[in-house]
Amino acid sequence: MNLALFIPEITLTAVAAIVILLDLFIEQKRWLAQVSISGLVIAGGVTTAMWGGSYPAIFNNMLAVDNFALFFKVLFLGIALLVILSSTDYVSKFSRFQGEYYALVLLSTLGMMLMAATTNLIAIYIALELTSISLYALVGFLKDKKSTEASLKYLLLGAIASAVLLYGMALVFGFTGKTQLGEIARILQSLPPMTLLASPGLLLGIVLLVAGFGFKIAAVPFQMWVPDVYEGAPTPITAYLSVASKAAGFAIILRVFFSAFGLPVWLSQNWGLIFAALAVLSMTIGNIVAIPQANIKRMLGYSSIAQAGYLMVGLAAMGVASGGSILGQSGVLFFLASYAFTNMGAFIAIIAISNKLDSDLIEDYSGMGRRAPLLALALTLCLISLIGMPPAAGFMAKFYIFNAAVQHGLLWLVIIAVLNSVISAYYYLRVVKVMWLGEAASAEKVPSSGALRLALSLCCLGVLLLGIIPAYAMKLAQLAANIFIY
Amino acid sequence: MGSGYLTAILFLPAAGAALIAFVLSNRARVIKWTAALFTFVPLALSVILFALFDRSPGAAGLIQFEEKALWIAPINANYHLGVDGLSLPLVVLTAFLGFLAVLISWKIDLRVREYFAWLLLLETSILGVFLSLDLLLFFIMWEIEVIPMYFLINIWGAGRKEYSAIKYAVYTLFGSAFMLAGILSLYFTTGSLSMIDIGQRSLGLVQSIMPASAIFFLLLIGFAVKLPVFPFHTWLPDAHTDAPTAVSVMLAGALIKMGGYGMIRLCVTMFPPVAQQYAVILVILAVIGVLYGAAVTMRQTDFKRLIAYSSISHMGYVLLGIFALGKVSLVGAALQMFSHGLVTGLLFAMVGLVMHNAHERDLRKLGGLARQVPIITVVFSIAGLASLGLPSTSGFAAEFLVFVGSFSSSLVSGIQVYTILGVLGVVLTAGYILWMLQRVFYGPPLEQYDGTADADVLERVYMFAFVAVIMLVGIYPAILTDVIKLGISPIMGLLGG
Repeated sequence: MNLALFIPEITLTAVAAIVILLDLFIEQKRWLAQVSISGLVIAGGVTTAMWGGSYPAIFNNMLAVDNFALFFKVLFLGIALLVILSSTDYVSKFSRFQGEYYALVLLSTLGMMLMAATTNLIAIYIALELTSISLYALVGFLKDKKSTEASLKYLLLGAIASAVLLYGMALVFGFTGKTQLGEIARILQSLPPMTLLASPGLLLGIVLLVAGFGFKIAAVPFQMWVPDVYEGAPTPITAYLSVASKAAGFAIILRVFFSAFGLPVWLSQNWGLIFAALAVLSMTIGNIVAIPQANIKRMLGYSSIAQAGYLMVGLAAMGVASGGSILGQSGVLFFLASYAFTNMGAFIAIIAISNKLDSDLIEDYSGMGRRAPLLALALTLCLISLIGMPPAAGFMAKFYIFNAAVQHGLLWLVIIAVLNSVISAYYYLRVVKVMWLGEAASAEKVPSSGALRLALSLCCLGVLLLGIIPAYAMKLAQLAANIFIY
Repeated sequence: MGSGYLTAILFLPAAGAALIAFVLSNRARVIKWTAALFTFVPLALSVILFALFDRSPGAAGLIQFEEKALWIAPINANYHLGVDGLSLPLVVLTAFLGFLAVLISWKIDLRVREYFAWLLLLETSILGVFLSLDLLLFFIMWEIEVIPMYFLINIWGAGRKEYSAIKYAVYTLFGSAFMLAGILSLYFTTGSLSMIDIGQRSLGLVQSIMPASAIFFLLLIGFAVKLPVFPFHTWLPDAHTDAPTAVSVMLAGALIKMGGYGMIRLCVTMFPPVAQQYAVILVILAVIGVLYGAAVTMRQTDFKRLIAYSSISHMGYVLLGIFALGKVSLVGAALQMFSHGLVTGLLFAMVGLVMHNAHERDLRKLGGLARQVPIITVVFSIAGLASLGLPSTSGFAAEFLVFVGSFSSSLVSGIQVYTILGVLGVVLTAGYILWMLQRVFYGPPLEQYDGTADADVLERVYMFAFVAVIMLVGIYPAILTDVIKLGISPIMGLLGG
């Protein structure tokens, strides 16, 4: 076994430990952020260097080191980097445990990286729990009433979702006798179709897997934790949850459903339709419920449910395509990358604004265009991207993913999705309107730290680059998605 | 030939917008002069383009000044610009109105920097719609336009501006949602995003899981909202009325032409058999639009709203001309778009001027202004007469071609009846235009308007620019029709007419 392939993960673990230890000894807590960032950069550099190579799976075929995993690892590392940059001011709200905060962010990133790489049901579960437990703690970090409630709610519902997932895995294991995804696929394909049809246990197992992962990606009807958790959690963690945690969920869905349940064709078409139905529900409910929200974090919570819906349009296209669709898979990957920049950007702008305002109410954003023109402009760009309007990344992502759906005969789903985008324009534009048209409550400028500005500029740059010259990123997404074509 | 012209025309206004928003100091004079410069150069370039355009019969259907570069390889999208006889007049029109809109906005003093940045960005996006030959680029430009428009109406508008702005945005996005689905279906059916490639295939024959008529209607809804076609028109009076003057000029003058252009370029060119099959329905909607629009216009008491409603009626002629599917009627429709852009642009500019100087927009309270503001009165009368289609103005040439062309069209059954009904609209137009002129300018002068300022030098400059072009096209329409024909004749080849 080649441990060199595991260097990024080892680095992250080591840095997390170092951060906790350093926290005990140093007074200047900002060094903790810098150590974490350097760890992320090293891990990211090593991961990037591995791109394109073909490596054997490691740890007895538990972890794959393929382009798909590498793509997601870089994505998670990048998101974690942005989260830590945007936390540097925010952590002053915590009286203690700053070291643990950074360490937990790093550990949950580690969990997500493992999620993207695992090819074994048991390893998937462990990676998922590593991510989730770190996140439960992070959500409660503010220790006020809302934050604690959010954490508890997330923990309880997360535990139920884990149980459901585990049950699903047990059923799949019981039917096939294997935990390795590739071996499960081999057994399913070797069986005559009638046997599969006559085994409700397996089908129930698959449905339970959808439910368990659906919790992670916040798809309706597994979304009930979202609004409270998003509102109560520290804002950088909300951003992290909405982007990285969701992306990790999609990574694992792609891996499991393609490696294990991609064939036979009728099976993949059926789970494709399940995702189509979930997509319709998530988009519609997410968007409609977002409209009356007064708190911007709650609004973005519902918006993230809707965005998961658009992403599932890609999953549906892949499932229905039978045998995989390079457009569908790479569409999901590309959408996740654009969504990461967009939503991170939106949340970073919100962090900067609410640092000053101490409020997350949309009405308090009134006159932000005057008080902080660049922040307001950046937030406007990100909201436009969330609507899916050019020239922002969100448009290209939707175009790409909807294109995949149309290619596979899901025009009806695309029409529902684009009409949903119109509904969403209403509430995103409401924030824009308040910022640029409302009267400012005071003329005081809104300051922002260098780290926040750097993070926000990176996001806006990403949104514009992916929106205007997306070719290169699409190519990367296609290379990463290639492993699922047969 | 002439590589780089179109890119320059397209992106100079956007470059100006970026300069104004991020670089220049926040001094009104500097910003206004920059905006004027960055809209004048595209105008000059587009006039040069118009002069250099190859008008020989051999150039029929050819794309000129083409620019093409690979843009997004994985989905086959190109950065592809070009003009033909159909788009060139609209490019010139947009550049013309874009420059004049800056002049019309000269007195703006609220949030000047943002205003001009959005106005210039708006111009780029409209130009982009007319210049793009790639469906993705076309759609992007189509969508970008919503954002500047939303801000322009919302911040600098009047009346129920917030309602009008969001209504405009939601209507447009609703239309383009269907259009996006249509474009994706087209891409799926043909594997190409190039308008030229797709136009050259006969889509009716392509085997596909999707009927061609479904794609046709998906696209049509997007364009119908924009043109607007009855019953998708209700955003128009609100948006036009509540927008600031220069934005109404852009909106009525250039922006709604995107709908007509899209119908000809995509719906008719790509789906000739489908267009023929459903032409009657659209012609009926056109006639309803003409008559209903004119009747509602008659009832308006708000000065600006009246002009706004008249657009619905006039766009009905465009729709009639397009779906009569005759060569002459299509040329007429294209000419009507150009002419209406000028005439309604001028009318809105003048209404803005009257409202600004007299501080009154209620037709029941205005009256007798001819004494106080003679120059405005003369120019307004010319614009009004052009709007009702008086010979020697562009309005006459355009409407005449639409009616003659529609009446003689052989592809749509019963078109003669519909054309005659449509002609009745001219009578109504004459009614409301003359009645409006009478109510505002004639009759005994009213005391409260003594001392109302007439047009100043700058205002006279843009008024006469408008009037000169209206008359030029009215007296010598061949200057445009020679160009438009080149764009229309290949479509007739497809229709077999």
